[in-house]
Amino acid sequence: MIRAVNIKKSFDGVEVLKGISTIFEKGKTNLIIGRSGAGKTVFLKLLVTLMQPTEGEIWYGDVNVTNLNKRQLIDLRKDIGMLFQGSALFDSLTVEENIRFPLDMFTRKTKKEKQERVDEMIEVVNLEGSNDKYPGEISGGMQKRVGIARSIVLNPKYLFCDEPNSGLDPKTSLVIDELIQTITRENQITTIINTHDMNSVMEIGEKINLLHMGKLAWVGNKDEVVENENELLQNFIFASPFLQRLRKQALGK
Amino acid sequence: MILSFFYNLGRFVNLFRLMLSKPERVSMYWKETVRQMNDIGIGSLMIIGLIALFIGAVAAMQFAYQLGNTFVPMYYTGYVVRDMTIMELAPTITCLVLAGKVGSNIAAELGGMRQNEQIDALEIMGVNTASYLIAPKLVAALVVIPLLVAISAFVSIIGGFLAVVPTGMITESEYVLGLRLFFVPYTVFMMFVKSIVFAFIVAALPAYQGYYVKGGSIELGKASTNAVVYCDIAILLADYIIALMMT
Amino acid sequence: MILSFFYHLGRFISLLRLMISKPENWSMYWKETVRQMNDMGVGSLIIVCLISLFIGAVSAVQIAFQLSEQIVPMYYTGYIVRDMTIIEMAPTLTCLVLAGKVGSSIAAELGGMRQKEQIDALEIMGVNTAAYLVFPKIFAALFIVPLLVAIAAFVAIIGGYLAVVPTGMITATEYVTGLRAFFVPYNINIMFVKGVVFGFTLTAIPAYQGYYVEGGSLELGQANMNAVVFSNIAILFCDFIITLMMT
Ligand SMILES: Nc1ncnc2c1ncn2[C@@H]1O[C@H](COP(=O)(O)OP(=O)(O)OP(=O)(O)O)[C@@H](O)[C@H]1O
Ligand SMILES: [Mg+2]
Repeated sequence: MIRAVNIKKSFDGVEVLKGISTIFEKGKTNLIIGRSGAGKTVFLKLLVTLMQPTEGEIWYGDVNVTNLNKRQLIDLRKDIGMLFQGSALFDSLTVEENIRFPLDMFTRKTKKEKQERVDEMIEVVNLEGSNDKYPGEISGGMQKRVGIARSIVLNPKYLFCDEPNSGLDPKTSLVIDELIQTITRENQITTIINTHDMNSVMEIGEKINLLHMGKLAWVGNKDEVVENENELLQNFIFASPFLQRLRKQALGK
Repeated sequence: MILSFFYNLGRFVNLFRLMLSKPERVSMYWKETVRQMNDIGIGSLMIIGLIALFIGAVAAMQFAYQLGNTFVPMYYTGYVVRDMTIMELAPTITCLVLAGKVGSNIAAELGGMRQNEQIDALEIMGVNTASYLIAPKLVAALVVIPLLVAISAFVSIIGGFLAVVPTGMITESEYVLGLRLFFVPYTVFMMFVKSIVFAFIVAALPAYQGYYVKGGSIELGKASTNAVVYCDIAILLADYIIALMMT
Repeated sequence: MILSFFYHLGRFISLLRLMISKPENWSMYWKETVRQMNDMGVGSLIIVCLISLFIGAVSAVQIAFQLSEQIVPMYYTGYIVRDMTIIEMAPTLTCLVLAGKVGSSIAAELGGMRQKEQIDALEIMGVNTAAYLVFPKIFAALFIVPLLVAIAAFVAIIGGYLAVVPTGMITATEYVTGLRAFFVPYNINIMFVKGVVFGFTLTAIPAYQGYYVEGGSLELGQANMNAVVFSNIAILFCDFIITLMMT
């Protein structure tokens, strides 16, 4: 479980986040949604300790992570996995080497144990046969899957995903979403996903946080989305006239 | 490798043939040329002055040091510094540094324009991009770089003075005596020949690298690095050929 | 400008301080260092040999030309070429060119990693990126660059021979006599000190430029250029300081 308490963040005196308090639950896929420029990426970077908030606190379980020193941060990060928007795979390493990298760097496993773990991961993300390809040689969706495999290879307790679906077609998006949800449930991870993809919202929105202009505008889950009358939420999710018509039909109006 | 050398050479020559054409609008070309002169000249002045000071200082100190072990009189320092900076150090080192600054800039600019499809956009409008994008840079370099080299030679000689005279390695009158000794105006001519040739290299090779860049940002970075390295090699090769032909 | 200089200097030093820490895993660091040594050494060998051939040739031709009008005996050509290449030309010119090649590719590599969030990805894993990404490069350069410089000096002396002896400007015996005249082994020390210092300069400055790059491909190009230009200035500045202290 991760808790944000009254988080504020300013850049050069401009307040981008204006006091956000929310809870991200364990074993669930928690979403952060909102329009472009709402502050999603900044919020995620704060949560993941790549940035420090101007004000407020972030708690991982019962540890306050806002003012950790370098040593403590490194220890904390052993429990964190992150999937980046552009996958952030290392160009000079193959798929297999990318996934093995955290094992090489941080564990004292034997070669065989590492290989077993890598093979297991490759199976989880359905990438059999691509072991020796380089990131430049596989599609964007496959890169995302390698990124997921790499981020969970050390069994993290917390998983962060920055726009896992951007640049993917709806079908591939769904595969990635389901993969993240399965991993989250099976390993009881606290997963936080940053997205503006409405399909994801409706598919894996077990807890949804809507950001608007640096504030939390709505919190709920996917089952409440259609019926809720919050205007900001409706404008965001059902943005086009077509979707608004569909919603009205669904509500039987 | 040999084949690819000739392929590139052919394309390079071809690019320059494309470039030589009547400008669509002379005033547009003129404006761009002035902008480039400003970028290359004013933009590099500080750096050139700074490194010239160091070059002169090092040359003078090292010669004074080397002469200390021989029978040659100390005032030779001034003489050697003058000739060495004018003939060799000022043109070569200045242009090696300019290859890193101006050259990599030209490659990155043209390469970026190619990748953002800006060059295609200009082509569609009917602009002769080879000439509009490259000719002003080339002309600007041919005018401005020889000037920068001359400034560099001058500043180097001052740098040499500042390094050895106040520190008491040799006296002021010795240094000045050396500066006036055996002066051959031909060496200044050589300096200008070198700098014009180097200026061409510094503008043309990177322009070629950038203009024909393909692929993504990795290739762009490679093109920019290659531009600098090829310029460096070409400058030193040309340096040798000129030294051979003119001395 | 002064303020921004101190800002960068401060951040540069703090990057170097961050870099010094116990590696998470020695074998990974070692592997990376070996890879860097290989990239730098093997990747630059041909270029270094090529340019030092020219450097030696130019020096010899020009000195022979200058001496021909002097009271100084011709065999001095060999002597001056030897000392000039060992003390000055080989370390400085080689490293200026290496700044263009090795330096710019370091800046491009780290800058690309920063922009594609690969550095963040490593940070999140708990890797000390300043150490893992920067240290092996600097460490490799401290060994490889002096080696390349020594090779360059050697090749330059051969280049000088090839330029003036077969062309009949001076005889083989004269050149060799010159090479053996007034030899001061201390000059070799100067060369190695320069090699080590320049090796540090031409990796650390580009690493800094790349590591802290922000924005898009335009900024990356800018960082790349700054990496080369600032390393060049720093090399010439260090050249001056070393000459001041060691001669
Ligand atoms: N490092 C920074 N310095 C200054 N301002 C920043 C910085 N990072 C973000 N901002 C500002 O914070 C605001 C929120 O940016 P953020 O990247 O979080 O948006 P976002 O919700 O992720 O948008 P998108 O969906 O387009 O990714 C923007 O106005 C942006 O200009
Ligand atoms: Mg974002």
